[in-house]
Amino acid sequence: MLRRHFLATGAMLVSAGMLAATSVAAQDYPERPIQMIVPWGAGGGTDAVGRVFAALLQDDLGVPVNVVNRTGGSGVVGHSAIANAEPDGYTIGIMTIEIDMMHWQGLTDLTYEDYDILALVNADPGGLMVSSDSEYQDTAALLEAIKAEPKGTFKASGTGQGGIWHLGLAGWLMAEGLDPDHVTWVPSEGAAPGITDMVAGGVDMVPSSLAEGRSMIEADRVTPLASMSDERQDAFPDVPTIEEATGTDYTHAVWRSVAAPDGLPDDVKARLEAAIKAAYESDEYQTFMKDRGFGLRWAGAEEATEIIAADDASLGKVMKEAGLAAE
Amino acid sequence: MPVILEALGLVFQPSVLLVILASAAFGMFVGSIPGLTATMATALLVPITFFMDPVPAIAAIVTATAMAIFAGDIPGALLRMPGTPASAAYVEDAYAMTRKGRAEEALGAALVFSAIGGIFGTIVLMTASPILAEVALKFSSFEYFWLVVLGLSCAVFVSPGKVSRGLISLLIGLFAATVGIDNPAGEPRYTFGNVELLAGVQFIPAMIGLFAVSEVLRAVVSRSNKSFKGGGDRSGIFRNQWRNLRRYPVQVLRGSALGTAIGALPGAGADIAAWISYAVSKRFSRQKEKFGTGHVEGLVEAGASNNGAVSGAWIPALVFGIPGDSITAIVIGVLYIKGINPGPMVFINDPQLIYAVFVVFLLANIIMLPLGWVAIKAAGTMLSVPRNVLMPIILLFCIVGSFAINNTVFGVVLMLIFGVLGFLMDENDIPIAPAILGLVLGPMLEQNFITSMIKADGSFAAFFERPIAAGLGLFTIAIWSIPLIAWAIRRAKR
Repeated sequence: MLRRHFLATGAMLVSAGMLAATSVAAQDYPERPIQMIVPWGAGGGTDAVGRVFAALLQDDLGVPVNVVNRTGGSGVVGHSAIANAEPDGYTIGIMTIEIDMMHWQGLTDLTYEDYDILALVNADPGGLMVSSDSEYQDTAALLEAIKAEPKGTFKASGTGQGGIWHLGLAGWLMAEGLDPDHVTWVPSEGAAPGITDMVAGGVDMVPSSLAEGRSMIEADRVTPLASMSDERQDAFPDVPTIEEATGTDYTHAVWRSVAAPDGLPDDVKARLEAAIKAAYESDEYQTFMKDRGFGLRWAGAEEATEIIAADDASLGKVMKEAGLAAE
Repeated sequence: MPVILEALGLVFQPSVLLVILASAAFGMFVGSIPGLTATMATALLVPITFFMDPVPAIAAIVTATAMAIFAGDIPGALLRMPGTPASAAYVEDAYAMTRKGRAEEALGAALVFSAIGGIFGTIVLMTASPILAEVALKFSSFEYFWLVVLGLSCAVFVSPGKVSRGLISLLIGLFAATVGIDNPAGEPRYTFGNVELLAGVQFIPAMIGLFAVSEVLRAVVSRSNKSFKGGGDRSGIFRNQWRNLRRYPVQVLRGSALGTAIGALPGAGADIAAWISYAVSKRFSRQKEKFGTGHVEGLVEAGASNNGAVSGAWIPALVFGIPGDSITAIVIGVLYIKGINPGPMVFINDPQLIYAVFVVFLLANIIMLPLGWVAIKAAGTMLSVPRNVLMPIILLFCIVGSFAINNTVFGVVLMLIFGVLGFLMDENDIPIAPAILGLVLGPMLEQNFITSMIKADGSFAAFFERPIAAGLGLFTIAIWSIPLIAWAIRRAKR
């Protein structure tokens, strides 16, 4: 706290003294290392995306870009750290779809409006997977069985309670005319433990992205039933979309974006946007994402903000109906 | 055979060997700084590996993690600052040996038996991966629940002194683990509206506080300025290890085997493995009373076990692409990038690559011996520093370490609070180690219990319906009830 005060005072003195020089200083951006905050743990998908971006931005901007994992609290801690930083372009971060969920849960007052969103750099559609031992080997049969059996007979897993894949499943059930909690959600610490549990016979289905089940699909332990996207995914050309499988138009996807605290100076913002676009288009990023099985999706600042705003509204609706939003 | 020769050809190239050496030094450095973990070392290496061929890329990560995990024992033994919860199992013994002027022997044992455990795990990985992975796939939340209970029970029973005090310590740890929002219901608990507390009590700052800061406080109170070294450490790093190996062959084998098996379970890992092994070691030892007072036996078995578990974690990772811990999770990502898709097919499509990985494993565990020797010698000089100089330096390390883990001052605050708590516990003869395990395994205990109950629609019987779960459950109950029954019988006879 003391340090922040000191910095703030120092910054005030400097800015008062060199008001005239500000525009010159901004042209010099960046002149010191940039901090890239990742709200999720080292080793996860978001961390990997953050680190690739940091490496690529570093080459472009010519200053070190350091990845800092600020984890915990279902992403609240890291997202708060991005929003509360100085909007000077020296703190940016990877913002994930949880920003559209946690304020509905009453965990924070932060929303996407507290950020300058720079770009959307990845999107992964949800999927529907069952164990290869399951008696339901296509979506229609599974849906019919879910409808026929009483509420709570089927169990699903793949994220924590109220997590993104939970909402994807609840939204799909609602689209099919069922209650959002017709299938009981078993919280897990992520897709991988959920899938493992499904193969061990613990739960019936996992609605996470198909990429997360890739190795088990290739090992013939998991059957991918459907993809919650408009079109079939390149990596899984044999897996139908939900619309093809059941006739219901339903899509659900997670995305990752690069964001900065709200109020970036325009020229800094322009410089960062250009660097991020170049990084996105680089061969390194494109191959990295394809090899990891992550979906490539680009949206510039404006379009990204629209997508994130639309998701905010639709996720809020599902969460309220499923009883997952705070009163 | 030609496959193995091809694999050897891939590894024994000057560039690959250089990468191994460099990442070994890097891992040794990162691991020996408290607060910087093996996971951190791996994550830092990932961007660099993008520009490497598959074999050196994997070699870099494998070597660095193996080194970092051993190096975590160095501050544990010298400063009572365990690098990982796994090394917390035997930190009391290692530190007690340091105080007796046998730091080199303690670290030498950690080094040699880590390497043996690691090599044992690698051999299992090479020969029995597919079978063990099948067994691991049968573990659901019911089985993991019992395994966690078993691990926690071990922590209570092995702690020196009365069982009731061990239980108090465990409950302190379990309570601290309830803080935060990362629980199955996603409800904030004991956060008082504080954003940092939403993340819960991070175990690295808590562990540093409980062990190291409490030790600093004790030094302040005792006002002794003598350095630990006294007459000089003549125990030698390798001198006594051959004797230890001959004296405890069963322990080494049991630790390695148990560690590898537990490590292969994606929901368990090195922490539970080390504690269960330490407990097994004490239970079957002929010198039970010496455990916790600077006895090398538990260190030998648990040290072998935790490195066996690190190799074991690769079994489900390679066979099914299931990460056993955060390190293998990162590695699986790197494997994908390098076009080696983990899964049963990898053994058929790219056997030479997989064998190359195995060769690297063996090499990493062997290179650990000379490098570890250098690191121990270098770190050992710290002990000749007088305590009134050393303690402030330790405190400085504590602050840096608990800040670095999440880059937040809150970590330092947590560390200080737990430091005072640890001091109070020490003063009242409450062992510290069970609290650490409670903190680490508390969330797993809750998660596995709640998810099991949801799956079983609230029926307790489900914990005994699956064969492996029933076996583990009955075993755990027996551990708790047999001493009680024995006590009752003794009382009745009297």
